[in-house]
Amino acid sequence: MTIRQLSIFIENQSGTLQKVLELIKQLRIQIIACTIADTAEYGIFRIICSEPDRACSELKAAGVAVAISDVFAVELDNQPGGAANVVGRFSEAGVGITYMYAFLLDGRGILVFRTDQADKAQEVIRKGSLRCLTEKELPVNA
Amino acid sequence: MIWNPTKECMSREQMRELQGKRLHKIVEYVYHNVPFYRNKLQEMDLSPDDIRTIDDITKLPFTTKKDLRDNYPFGLQAAPQSEIIRIHASSGTTGNPTIVGYTRKDISIWSECMARSLTSFGVTRNDIFSVSYGYGLFTGGLGAHNGVETVGASVVPASTGNTEKHARLIRDLGISGIACTPSYALYLAETMDKLGITKDQIKLRIGAFGAEPWTENMRTEIQNRLGLKGFNIYGLSEIMGPSVSYECDEQNGSHINEDHFFPEIIDPVTLEPLPLGQTGELVFTTLTKEGMPVLRYRTRDLCSLLPGDCPCGRTNVRMSAIQGRTDDMLIIRGINVFPSQVESVVLTMEEFAPLYMLIVDRVNNLDTLMVQVELRPDYFNATLDTPAAISELEKRFADKLRSVLSINAKVQIKAPGTIERSQGKSTHVIDKRKLY
Repeated sequence: MTIRQLSIFIENQSGTLQKVLELIKQLRIQIIACTIADTAEYGIFRIICSEPDRACSELKAAGVAVAISDVFAVELDNQPGGAANVVGRFSEAGVGITYMYAFLLDGRGILVFRTDQADKAQEVIRKGSLRCLTEKELPVNA
Repeated sequence: MIWNPTKECMSREQMRELQGKRLHKIVEYVYHNVPFYRNKLQEMDLSPDDIRTIDDITKLPFTTKKDLRDNYPFGLQAAPQSEIIRIHASSGTTGNPTIVGYTRKDISIWSECMARSLTSFGVTRNDIFSVSYGYGLFTGGLGAHNGVETVGASVVPASTGNTEKHARLIRDLGISGIACTPSYALYLAETMDKLGITKDQIKLRIGAFGAEPWTENMRTEIQNRLGLKGFNIYGLSEIMGPSVSYECDEQNGSHINEDHFFPEIIDPVTLEPLPLGQTGELVFTTLTKEGMPVLRYRTRDLCSLLPGDCPCGRTNVRMSAIQGRTDDMLIIRGINVFPSQVESVVLTMEEFAPLYMLIVDRVNNLDTLMVQVELRPDYFNATLDTPAAISELEKRFADKLRSVLSINAKVQIKAPGTIERSQGKSTHVIDKRKLY
């Protein structure tokens, strides 16, 4: 029901993001979606990518603070209110969204998020018959 | 094993008698050979004959780093130049370097003290021992080198720099002992990780670590990563170099070679001697040195002398670990802060690498302290991947710091590899306050 995401700790300094991107490029890892949670001093760079396990271990070996975590990737109805309908179901069940971002896949909106209660979130998804993206469906060109 | 049981296991009475005799001799020697000391003693109306027992030492004047600088380069040298066979110089980051000349006898005593230390760590003639202190003006490299040769082990003069080559030599030659700074030991461990050299591929069993303060936590970390037993060795070029004191198997303080270097602990403000066991500034008098003897030299290192007998059998007095430097001491909002205190907290947090930097500043007339630490890639995980979780970690660290330092510090968590690694003495403080 979930897909894997990499979180990378980077400092707020010109060049640090580029350094990580360059490493990812050298590893021939493809980034499919990404976002940065920024604070005054550092950012958490989150990516959905090809071969997350290899990417994580190779980046770690290169001295990067990187972690792998499971996130939900729910398909949206392509119409006004699509995101509200999905997030609404979680709020009703008392499940908090820790962070969220979105990307387009073949014209469909995909909402990526982590919740504060993974078990309860899975129940919401089952009951609401929400469609979750699997890693196999990711458009990896390798 | 004990290198010189006669001197290292002497009865206290015999030791004090020997120290008294040697003190009288050295005072007489400097009185006749060093105008600086003759003038000082005359000003105080003291003659060498007033110094008869070791207890008379408190009558003597102190010597400071400033005295050494003011008499640059050879003003405090007692032996004629023709007798000097080696010259070392201490780092002169804040003025003239300190020049120390050694006679042949000085070098031989130094080698003996170093051999006592290495033997205490368990080094024998069967070891292959790498000296990774810098060779050169710094006393660490050549001082340790002479000691290893005296013991009869095979010395590998690796020095610092070219750490990758050194790491491979440790594996390929089966090097069993190493002398270096504790921060270099950690740097070496990191380098080995990078090269894929594992603990079971190397034979290191003894580490002689010194030239900078370190903590028990750092010892545990080095021991775990390099698979050796780490021993403290203490020294300073103004007195001799490494091996002024050394740990034994008990690892409860470092035994001072007090037949050559007489220790006192004083209050750094009143300059009064402190009772045994109390922490204060460490002061040394060289009892046998010919090249550049010093009377009551103020080391600026803070520690205590430990009461009681040591189960190892050595009777020479032990000093505690250095708890700070009177001149490293930062006064922040009126509170004394030692970088070593911060280090002890950093080392309790497995999320951080054993590195840190203190940045002191003054904003709107108020002192600020920022402590930078570095995330460890292997301890970064999914529970830390939000700003909220990082803030939580910052707060946990800041709370621990406050309980140790009694002041609030701002914490900055940095990415791996961004705090400068040192190959020599680490610098841990940037003081941006313009106070002078």
